[in-house]
Amino acid sequence: MEQCKKNTLIVIGLAIFLMIAIVISFRLGRYPISTKEVLGILLSKIYPIEPFWTDRMEIVMLNIRLPRIILACLVGCCLSAAGAAYQGIFQNPMAAPDILGASAGAAFGAALAILYYGSPFMITVSAFFFSLLTVSLVYLVSKKVKGKSVLGLILAGIIVSSLFSAGTSFIKLVADPTDQLPAITYWLMGSLSGARVSDVKFAIIPMVIGLIPLLLLRWRMNVLTMGDDEAMTMGVDANKVRFIVIVCATLTTASSVSVSGMIGWVGLVIPHLTRKLVGNNYSYLMPATMLFGAIFLLMVDNVSRTLLATEIPLGILTAFIGAPFFIYLITRERETY
Amino acid sequence: MSIEVSNLSFSYGGQPVLEDVSFTAERNELLSIIGPNGVGKTTLFRCILGLLSGYKGEILLDGINIKKLRIEEMAKLIAYIPQIHYPSFNYSVFDMVLMGTSVQVSAISAPGRKERKLVETALKRLGIYHLKDRGYTRISGGERQLVLLARALVQQAKILILDEPTSNLDFGNQVRVLTEIKSLAREGYTVIQATHNPDQTFLFSDTVMAMKDGRVLAWGTPNEIYTADLICNLYGVEVTMESLHHDKARVCIPKSIVEENHARKVCS
Repeated sequence: MEQCKKNTLIVIGLAIFLMIAIVISFRLGRYPISTKEVLGILLSKIYPIEPFWTDRMEIVMLNIRLPRIILACLVGCCLSAAGAAYQGIFQNPMAAPDILGASAGAAFGAALAILYYGSPFMITVSAFFFSLLTVSLVYLVSKKVKGKSVLGLILAGIIVSSLFSAGTSFIKLVADPTDQLPAITYWLMGSLSGARVSDVKFAIIPMVIGLIPLLLLRWRMNVLTMGDDEAMTMGVDANKVRFIVIVCATLTTASSVSVSGMIGWVGLVIPHLTRKLVGNNYSYLMPATMLFGAIFLLMVDNVSRTLLATEIPLGILTAFIGAPFFIYLITRERETY
Repeated sequence: MSIEVSNLSFSYGGQPVLEDVSFTAERNELLSIIGPNGVGKTTLFRCILGLLSGYKGEILLDGINIKKLRIEEMAKLIAYIPQIHYPSFNYSVFDMVLMGTSVQVSAISAPGRKERKLVETALKRLGIYHLKDRGYTRISGGERQLVLLARALVQQAKILILDEPTSNLDFGNQVRVLTEIKSLAREGYTVIQATHNPDQTFLFSDTVMAMKDGRVLAWGTPNEIYTADLICNLYGVEVTMESLHHDKARVCIPKSIVEENHARKVCS
């Protein structure tokens, strides 16, 4: 009971922290807006307030900073949730959102769209659909693998991912090196710099559709970490739950990657950090990791857009922060409860 | 609950693993299945638990064919206690046991107050309540086995299937775990365990089934079937059988050892 209370407080604490981080993020940037003005503009949307800010402030905040902040939170939340979910259903602490090829497929889709001079919106849509296509292909291949279903899925993920990575490499080879190739390379590094309201509108529906079942099924994921046989004898249909979780985690990953490009590490590191914080029970782990992921990516994105005059791609920053952290994680003592 | 297995055969890739296995186990009965490694005990358990389906023959729980039961219905009738394992993620003992209540709550909700109460009762009954906040991977093997047993109890199924519950335990923990299992059988559970230790099997079981090469070699009360010949036949080791405490216990001793000692005595 003590542990439960502590974990509930941690989840509430993370939610409050996220609110504060969002308000601070609105302030950051080249055009100065004070906290009072941020709160005023936000409140004016639900409650009529006499504007004490300039129109320009409102435009910067709502059209430029707002979509970016929402996307950073959503992408961080989705990638962390997908990572935690995959770790559970594959009984594999090293599982990440791209374990079933969602990222490799998205990269191929985006590169293909850039090759055919697609609009930014077309790039997002193409990335999303190729991501879903890749994971479906992985699932179909794994069904043909004899024996253990978990191993079959992971192997099929590796195989199909490498196939699509090769496809991406080929597109880079034939792409126009003056404009297409840099565009592809930049997309692959992952960034939210082009975040527009249309991106938010496109991604938010599949994201929410994916996130809700992941939250609802979180107790079942605990049981799945015991392995299929034990889960089945405890009355949990392992294959059914795994299928639903894969569909949902794929939706969240595909929609994230399609708007943000490749952002590594978040889906692997954040769930592990959260495990240290609240333990492995998904009842607390899932909501906590969602909030933590949102906070993390929001803060990293803030660094990415304010540290230097030019944008630093998010994928680079998350790896710079993620790798040393992971070294710390694997070298420190094991948890002792 | 009674369990009735009739003419069960299973083959894996054309290789027969179980052949014509038949037995029954009733309420209040502790049935031990003995036999060398790889004899098909695990396959038998997987069939009984509904994890394998391509078998011939019938498995009936209180007269109902298990092929007609859904996974959730099965879990309410029959619980499985696996060998001690190391899960990928560490859970507190309490959470570990709480997982056993999953079948009693809907797929999208977590166990609540009622289920937590069940867990507390089960932990207290097995004398491991003080471990409830410890990590499952941080406690001893014997304690871990009791945790898995508690998890099966909160599942509230009346048939318990145990896969070598005393392997990897020290002597004290073996006796403790077997005593608990035996008293559960006395409280109305139907208990089936796979085991390796013939002497303990004799001490604790109500019935014993000996398996060799996927077939039932002998099935009956320990007194009837537990002989030097059976052990020799099962494990390929010549033994002599000693009866102790008015046949309350029997001990089998490898002949090679006894006869060597005997010879040495004669020499000196």
